[in-house]
Amino acid sequence: MSTVAATGSPRIAVDKLGVLIALIAAVAALMPFAAFRANRIVVGISKGIFEALPLWEAVLVALALVAAILVALLRTPRLWRLFASLAMLAVLFVAIGHSASFLTPEGDRLARVSPGAGFWLAVFAFALLAADSFTRLKLAPWLRIVTLLLVAGAIALLLWSGAWNDLSILREYANRAEAFWREGQTHIALALGSLAAATVVGIPLGVVCHRVDGLRAVVLNVLNALQTIPSIALFGLLIAPLAWVAANVPGASAIGISGIGAAPAMVALFAYSLLPVVANTVVGLEGVPPAATDAARGMGMTNWQRLAKVEFPLAFPVILTGIRIVLVQNIGLATIAALIGGGGFGVFVFQGVGQTAMDLVLLGAVPTVALAFAAAVILDAIVEMVSTGARPA
Amino acid sequence: MIEIDALTKDYLDLTVVDHVSMRIDDGDIAVIVGTSGSGKTTLLRMINRLIEPTSGSVKIDGKDTRSVPAHLLRREIGYAIQGHGLFPHRTVGQNIATVPVLMGWEKPRIAARVEELLELFQLPADQFRDRLPSELSGGQQQRVGVARALAAEPKLLLMDEPFGALDPIIRAKAQADLVGIQKRFGTTIVLVTHDMEEAIHLGTRIAVMDQGKLLQYATPAEIVVKPATDFVGELLGSGDRAFRLLGLRRIGDFVEPGEASGAPVSAEQTLRDGLEEALWSGRAVLPVVDGAGKPVGRLTLATLQRLGARPQ
Repeated sequence: MSTVAATGSPRIAVDKLGVLIALIAAVAALMPFAAFRANRIVVGISKGIFEALPLWEAVLVALALVAAILVALLRTPRLWRLFASLAMLAVLFVAIGHSASFLTPEGDRLARVSPGAGFWLAVFAFALLAADSFTRLKLAPWLRIVTLLLVAGAIALLLWSGAWNDLSILREYANRAEAFWREGQTHIALALGSLAAATVVGIPLGVVCHRVDGLRAVVLNVLNALQTIPSIALFGLLIAPLAWVAANVPGASAIGISGIGAAPAMVALFAYSLLPVVANTVVGLEGVPPAATDAARGMGMTNWQRLAKVEFPLAFPVILTGIRIVLVQNIGLATIAALIGGGGFGVFVFQGVGQTAMDLVLLGAVPTVALAFAAAVILDAIVEMVSTGARPA
Repeated sequence: MIEIDALTKDYLDLTVVDHVSMRIDDGDIAVIVGTSGSGKTTLLRMINRLIEPTSGSVKIDGKDTRSVPAHLLRREIGYAIQGHGLFPHRTVGQNIATVPVLMGWEKPRIAARVEELLELFQLPADQFRDRLPSELSGGQQQRVGVARALAAEPKLLLMDEPFGALDPIIRAKAQADLVGIQKRFGTTIVLVTHDMEEAIHLGTRIAVMDQGKLLQYATPAEIVVKPATDFVGELLGSGDRAFRLLGLRRIGDFVEPGEASGAPVSAEQTLRDGLEEALWSGRAVLPVVDGAGKPVGRLTLATLQRLGARPQ
């Protein structure tokens, strides 16, 4: 990009995606930056950016916004765009914390200040710009993980510094800190546990499907059908059979199996996880060059050796892609487990919906999205690392 | 020595290889040639039991191939295929080491063998050992494929269209390399091709197959001079029988005493090369020199004419 800017015509060139981002950001600037409510369930009062912050801070944010929009709109070097977007996000994050402290009357524990539509829209616009310039930079996989850790560290620092303590979502957190971490653990246990089970069952099943022609169509069709059952319905459908198992199989209830709770949630997530794992295992094994398989046989490898030394390593990046799909999907789906008493961040989402307390919904939704995003970045990086060099000759 | 006895392969009611019997002596290059669907690849793959025969037997040095488990049998037999079949996720060195590792050789011995083979195939070990197959040219990949097949010092090497994916210039080089390596190690080679030219060029014995049957199994000269059936003749093409015949013989074996003027030909070249030189330079007599460039006699156009004629 920089060379284009340097050698191109002296006229100012406009970036296509930048136009979209600038438009979104401009709209965001006109919308309420924060919302103030006297308590957590009354209707909020919208505050524009000049009402939500002390004047000089509001002016600074507005100037930063104009500068960032210009960087996005014009054809600027990728690194500039990345830094501009990250800096703008940092400004927004700090400003919303200040806004909460500014708007909340001294000592008032009932008042709630939450981010307004303008804030969310601006975050969306510059997150988009950050993601786009990040992708265009084509960083090495390990650098992407390092960047993810840096961003996570910056957010942790903001949380730890107390800059956001007056924000509504953290007020909700303060009331539920213990439950938050407990449900967080449950959420991760559900997502990872079902993934582990699906991997242990799915990869061997995929190998068998690959080797036995007749089985492949049957297994994949059954798993496909499973995948089409709406998640809430599947959670519900499992209540009856698992309740029966708990009641009739000795020891089943002792190890935690029951019609509601974590067991059906785990079973449902496992069922959804199987198709991507099995299908990707089959596709990965089918992608192994036939000449390599023939050579492996011809040189005297046993069936196991051929699988372990040739087929599986070559199929591994594709299988890992399946595992990535499952992990991200499960982190999202595990939210629904709360409906049947399975726990997880969904607990806050459904409580929030029930109480029309959007801040509580966000307390469940934001960490879920963050977890899914982090899982996607990390696994994408790992997939890329194991794929390099294993491309078919 | 390989003895193939009444080897047959049926798929349902289709007979792919039909009672083929042949004997391949140690140090031979036996080339199985035929059109696609002739059963030549199936015949080859039955030797190392990649395909199990319906009936008949294969004996290697008097021992029935069914007396050992198939995977152990295959480790003793080199195997190289069209498109090389290298493992894309393993380095050149790891690819070559495949069978020695399977056979449990000691590490230093494996490393030494890999190095030796890479040097032999003109791929300097320090440059090539740690590269991935995708980083090599087609000709280099093919050489690594053959090196891998030879890694565990097999007495028998099976090759299925090993030069099929190469362009003509690299192919000629690869063929010459193979002949050199065969001479060096004395490996017995069974090679499958659809190219009669390649068969005549490489083979000490040629087996012509059609529709699962072995039509003729003879030396290249016999095949050229006395094709057993019309099909064999067709496969040869009638165009350059005389040239093929001359191409099979060394100039050194037909030198007469005497001298001649002009550029010499080498005793190692074929009579076909000699004829070409005589015609092109308009000479009836050519001086012949040995490998060191020392004159050994002369070659006359009359000799070439006599030797190129259909034998009585």
